[in-house]
Amino acid sequence: MSKRVLMKGNEALAEAAIQAGCIHFFGYPITPQTEVAAYMSKRLPKIGGVYLQAESELAASNMLLGAAASGIRAMTSSSSPGISLKTEAISYMAGSDVPALIINVQRGGPGLGGIQPSQADYFQATRALGHGDFQVLVFAPSTVQEIMDLVYLAFDRAEEYRVPAMILADGMLGQMMEPVVIEKPQTSAHEKPWAANGHKNVRKHNIINSLYLQAEELENRVVERYRRYEAIKAKEQRAEEYLMDDAEIAVVAYGATSRIVKAAVKEARERGVKAGCIRPITLWPYPTDTIVKYRDKVKCFLSVEMSMGQMVEDVRLAVNGAAPVEFYGRTGGVIPEPGEVLDKIMELGR
Amino acid sequence: MVSEKNIIIVCGHYGSGKTNFSINLALREREKYEKVLLIDMDIVNPYFRSSDYADVLDKKGIDIISPIYAGSTLDIPALSPRIDAAIGGGYQKVIIDAGGDDAGATALGRFSERIERAGYDMLYVANMYRPLVGTPEKGAEVLREIEAASRLKATGIVNNSHLGEYTGADTVRLSSDYIRELSELVGLPVVCTAVKRDIADECGPSVSGLYPIDIHVIPPWKE
Repeated sequence: MSKRVLMKGNEALAEAAIQAGCIHFFGYPITPQTEVAAYMSKRLPKIGGVYLQAESELAASNMLLGAAASGIRAMTSSSSPGISLKTEAISYMAGSDVPALIINVQRGGPGLGGIQPSQADYFQATRALGHGDFQVLVFAPSTVQEIMDLVYLAFDRAEEYRVPAMILADGMLGQMMEPVVIEKPQTSAHEKPWAANGHKNVRKHNIINSLYLQAEELENRVVERYRRYEAIKAKEQRAEEYLMDDAEIAVVAYGATSRIVKAAVKEARERGVKAGCIRPITLWPYPTDTIVKYRDKVKCFLSVEMSMGQMVEDVRLAVNGAAPVEFYGRTGGVIPEPGEVLDKIMELGR
Repeated sequence: MVSEKNIIIVCGHYGSGKTNFSINLALREREKYEKVLLIDMDIVNPYFRSSDYADVLDKKGIDIISPIYAGSTLDIPALSPRIDAAIGGGYQKVIIDAGGDDAGATALGRFSERIERAGYDMLYVANMYRPLVGTPEKGAEVLREIEAASRLKATGIVNNSHLGEYTGADTVRLSSDYIRELSELVGLPVVCTAVKRDIADECGPSVSGLYPIDIHVIPPWKE
């Protein structure tokens, strides 16, 4: 029987990675994700792993690129401003088809911003984690238990498709404590014939590279990668539907915000407004199919975020004009209260 | 009564429930004493700290000293100069909510001489369900690190073993072996067992030194 323990979201991010076979961590402290690094620094030396606090975020993510290029499972983690610094290497990972895990425990921005929870890095995660034509897989857990599950899934799918993956959490989820059951992942690491792990005179050199000076060769590489992205979009969309069967107002929210939204949705129903919640679990690929399924059934959509309105654009793209799409958000580190969301739902339900 | 001393320091591993216990302790001590002070000395973690619950304490007439930038968006670990005046000052009870682990307890070291002079108990809050202190040996190791960093000696253990909202009477009962072994390892008495008020009756006489507590540290969707 697996034991139930009490863990912080940040600790679960670290422990899940270790359970998934990742014993190489390269990081740099930043609030509110520092416990990920602190936990790794305590656990990894005891199990033969490598914990390395780099001289900068960029150095840490370049180390991740190097480690992951050898075919091992490795990760880095940071919070918003630190992720901006990491993006150069993330683009290189995408450009050289190296699977690796990057964690962002979001805080308020732009700039140094604040240290309270935020979801204002949605655009960055789903559209601009660096220069060039590429995407990374983005998973958004909403509970500490789900953090464990999605870290396992992120490593597995990153290797399956040879793409970097990101866990997009936020300061609230990273800092909160919940009971979790630690279970071993169902899947094990994929075969990696491409890995630069020593040819041992039995095969040709494996070269991990993102530099292609011939335009047509680079185009071919990118086009091949986009074919994999199409397969990901077809197979990897994930979303949770909460009280959606007869819903007239579909509230869309991810991560910790979805828990506030669910509390508001439940209360709205008690007051006679049929609300439901669609919770995207993958942000890229966006669960467009789930939104499409409901766009002709509901009266309207409401995107609730800890930002000025970012994911709402993906909701609009999926709804494609079939229904109104409204937005409610708080930003800068302010967490919306269930009552505020309820007011907005009631206003739309009138 | 968990301590007769003027100063009660609440220390422990990250996330063992120090802040929630400190708030409960301050409220309980206020029932007996007029002048009670809670010092939030957690300069390590800017989230879920006792300063966030200042209004609960304020309503009961409990003074609080927070790190200077607590509650602002600044991540600057600066302690208030008021702490110097308060230790050994006019308060009948001073409760110090230390930061987690040795890193969090380091801030105590600066005040250790004055704390010793005023007279103190240092309570080590233990939760066996926290994985990094999941065995009595690991719990003892963290306690020794805290003592070294704070230059103070723990005088008792608070059994705060819980699993958040999954906590039932069994959760508490199952911790008795762990706590007994920890107590033997470090040679300190178990001062009390903190349990959520709603399961206190159910725990009943099977749990010794029952200390019913309310949960103040909760996420926004439970408020």
